[in-house]
Amino acid sequence: MDVLTTAITEAVRNQEQPTKTVLSSLLAIQDAMGYIPKQSMEVVASEVPDTTVNDVWAVASFYPNFKFEPRSGCTVEICWGPTCHIAGAMELFGEALNLLDLESEGKTTDGSVELDFNTCLGACAQAPVISVNHHLIGRVTKSSLKESIEDSK
Amino acid sequence: MVTETNTFESLVSDAEKRWDELNSGSKPWIRIGTALCGEAAGSKKLLPKIQNSLVSLGIEANVSEVGCIGLCFAEPLLDIQLPGQNRIFYKNVTEDDLDQIISTHLRDLSVDPNLAFLYEGENDLADIAKLESHPMKAQEQRISLRNAGHIDPYDINQYMANGGYHALNKALFEMDPESVLNEVKDSGLRGRGGAAFSTGIKWSFLASNNAPDKYILCNCEEGDPGAFNDKGILESDPHTVVEGVILAGYATNSNYGYIFIRHGHDGPIERTKTAIKQAYEKGLLGDNILGSGFSFNMEVALTGDSYVAGEETALMEAIEGKRSMPRYRPPFPAQVGVFGKPTNINNVKSLSYVPEIIRNGGEWFSDIGYEQSKGTAILCLSGSLKYTGMIEVPMGLNLKDILLEVAGGVPDDRNLKLVQTGGPLGGVLNAENVDLVLDYETFRNAGAILGSGGIIAADDRTCIVDLTRSLIAFCQYESCGKCFPCRMGMSHLLEVLERICDLEGTDEDLDLMRDIGENMQAGSLCGHGQLGFNPVASAIKYFPEEFSQHIVGHTCLTRVCNNQRFSPKRTRR
Repeated sequence: MDVLTTAITEAVRNQEQPTKTVLSSLLAIQDAMGYIPKQSMEVVASEVPDTTVNDVWAVASFYPNFKFEPRSGCTVEICWGPTCHIAGAMELFGEALNLLDLESEGKTTDGSVELDFNTCLGACAQAPVISVNHHLIGRVTKSSLKESIEDSK
Repeated sequence: MVTETNTFESLVSDAEKRWDELNSGSKPWIRIGTALCGEAAGSKKLLPKIQNSLVSLGIEANVSEVGCIGLCFAEPLLDIQLPGQNRIFYKNVTEDDLDQIISTHLRDLSVDPNLAFLYEGENDLADIAKLESHPMKAQEQRISLRNAGHIDPYDINQYMANGGYHALNKALFEMDPESVLNEVKDSGLRGRGGAAFSTGIKWSFLASNNAPDKYILCNCEEGDPGAFNDKGILESDPHTVVEGVILAGYATNSNYGYIFIRHGHDGPIERTKTAIKQAYEKGLLGDNILGSGFSFNMEVALTGDSYVAGEETALMEAIEGKRSMPRYRPPFPAQVGVFGKPTNINNVKSLSYVPEIIRNGGEWFSDIGYEQSKGTAILCLSGSLKYTGMIEVPMGLNLKDILLEVAGGVPDDRNLKLVQTGGPLGGVLNAENVDLVLDYETFRNAGAILGSGGIIAADDRTCIVDLTRSLIAFCQYESCGKCFPCRMGMSHLLEVLERICDLEGTDEDLDLMRDIGENMQAGSLCGHGQLGFNPVASAIKYFPEEFSQHIVGHTCLTRVCNNQRFSPKRTRR
């Protein structure tokens, strides 16, 4: 078994909660590895009873939080909920695209930052909100956005 | 295992001893809010600085992370209580303020009214306002949020010292399951997730099913943008939900519970997992709880990002580890639910009320509130308001008063333009129509939904067409794709709204959207598609001129539609 497959298998087997499913296994892999390596499909299919590779792909492709490429650099998510929208999320997103020289969400050419939308980060009272490497930052302005992205690089 | 020394009374007396020690022992007690709102304001970064500051002053203190006291606008919110004295709150604390606050309060033992924000306690202070006198607090009646911001959510003893698990002990030893169920029925509690169905009647469907394995699900998917009260409760006081789930299990003779939370919301997840673990350690979960003969087990289940996973049958699919797509009904969950077993599903807020209902009786709860809407409303106030945060007020209060008094109105001399309520499938109200009492029926008749309690206020800089487009963009992105009226309807609605935002709408567009909306309502499998036209319908109803300015006049007076807009490229595959 190669190193990656071993790590995936461990992540699946080390789940602490009693109910282990395709979804919970994929979430455990994503938490452990930062993404879902291709080998995960076969591992999960063999670890979860009565499951085919097809079943695993069906779940993995459904939830947009699953990523299929290794993480590199930092993750910046811009909240896209209505409170953040009226508080200027669109301007922030536009500014982030400028700062990172991107045309839409995704990785920068040097792979140092990955920009994404989030449907609601749950801190609406501090809108507009972004998350950098899964840490929330509220009341973001165009200038503080630049600072936050640069600090995290 | 329950032993002689592990009876409920001894657990409580131990917890009370610890609580007294915290409040009036030898050390000061510092509490800091680290719920999502606190985190977003930077409170987690302050934690190590507090320790540094204490070490450099050579002062020992208890430091606790607490949840959300409700005053999110004031985060990071830190408070200091000297033994036996008032609790003094400091708002919007920065790293630079911290040393000064700690040295003034803990070294010089003085409270600087220029630094302090509010106080709570017996000893009246002349130059600092009392917590209860703050506009956001003055009209509150806290049942579900009784401990939020006061106790450490990681410490079961603090919950037990404040009446926690007393309801469970009472139910197990003084009440049979049927009388627990009857108290909940008598309370008039209605589901706080959005549908507002009677919780007691819902439980009775499951109770009347004699199958051996039955499940209680607690729904904290909370995908509604603008709502954070479910996460807020789990982050602030997870044990009240754990206790509520166990009581639901006892009342319906069920033995297994899942608390279902969206992956990525680490605060609520960690705190709930810790709460469950501690409840097991104290013998309040597991086999033969407190020696009563009743057994109940519980775990946290996580979902991936999916708004529709909050729909009850889609939630069951996600717990089973599948794509969160709604099921056909019948059979209803009380017959065939998760893993094919009879199941009851309640929202976090609904279950969080249950311990206090059992402690104080159903009648006590039904005396609070309004006509058919009993108890309190837990509201998330966000957007263009002076005070944003989470409040718990009796049903029957007026929305206008909440916006103008409790939330302090719109800041910067702007005017309130609209309020969006009940999540993206809810509705909007214009400023002239916010004179509504908090009541499910009143809101529904006005074309809005009280729903999960999200109240988003927008001022005159907001364009209603653009806001509606953004709500539908969310709904389109989140459509699970199972049934075509929703999958295609949302895409078509979005297409038309984008055209109107581009100032290229046509005279037929409003009728076209109504036609799409009718088909979605009639043909969709779950609420996502059935209610999907709500935001558009209420926007057209309350802002007809603004739509016509865009369509006929080809102008957006707020100029918002002239700006660039962005939405995710990625869709569900």
